[in-house]
Amino acid sequence: MKSLIESIVISLVDHPEDIVVQETEEESKMVYHLTVNEDDVGKVIGKNGRIAKAIRTVVYAAKTDGKKRIYLDIM
Amino acid sequence: MKELTASGQTVDEAIQSALEQLNTTKDQVEIDVIDEGKKGLLGLFGSKRAIVKVTIAKNPIQEIEHFIKEITDKMNVNVEVTTITKGNHVTFEMHGENIALLIGKRGQTLNALQYLVHLALNKDNKQFYTVTLDAEGYRGRREETLRSLAWKMADKATRLNKKVALEPMPAFERKIIHSALQKQGKVSTYSDGVEPHRHIVIKP
Repeated sequence: MKSLIESIVISLVDHPEDIVVQETEEESKMVYHLTVNEDDVGKVIGKNGRIAKAIRTVVYAAKTDGKKRIYLDIM
Repeated sequence: MKELTASGQTVDEAIQSALEQLNTTKDQVEIDVIDEGKKGLLGLFGSKRAIVKVTIAKNPIQEIEHFIKEITDKMNVNVEVTTITKGNHVTFEMHGENIALLIGKRGQTLNALQYLVHLALNKDNKQFYTVTLDAEGYRGRREETLRSLAWKMADKATRLNKKVALEPMPAFERKIIHSALQKQGKVSTYSDGVEPHRHIVIKP
């Protein structure tokens, strides 16, 4: 899951070395916190959050072995 | 980017050796001749080897094909990707088991993926491409569905003599409906609302 988020974001940003995905487990969900270089913030969010929405749609669609829900937090 | 400097008795030999080492063919690389070399006297004295620099030319479309495979792999779906390029329009067709997972409800996952692929392909390329991402002929089937929906709703609009609003759709799906009803004289169509809630209204 973490590597899925990373490979999607790598294709969008100019500074792939600054991508950080933090995984934290909460009671009912897995939270992935994504941070990117300041200059790339717009590239992962997009106009009206269009890109962020697309990333979330794809990430949430991925099948996981765990039963917990996935939540993607951007910045 | 992969590049390699190779040498040989002649320029051709040097290129040949570079291609072998890179495991590629001549049409996929850019070649820079650094030194043409010298034969020398009787091939013994004062001879200089030819040196060339060979760079694998980036093929953005092929890279995107790998990108799609990588993403789908990580979503635990195994797909084969075939690519059709027509001018500046690229169609990627995915085939495989479990493809429904990639399509999602009313194609929303497929549309999101298509948008991400479009962004990745146009990120640092000078040429602009439009992208269609298809999964097991989904786009074709959807077009049929939308056409029949268009006819049905046009019927409803004329029967009730009232405007009929459809649910929000992406631009390329609205286009299918617009063109399906264009020739039919009884109704007119227009789009209302702001993306991503833009939807079609059929007016009798």
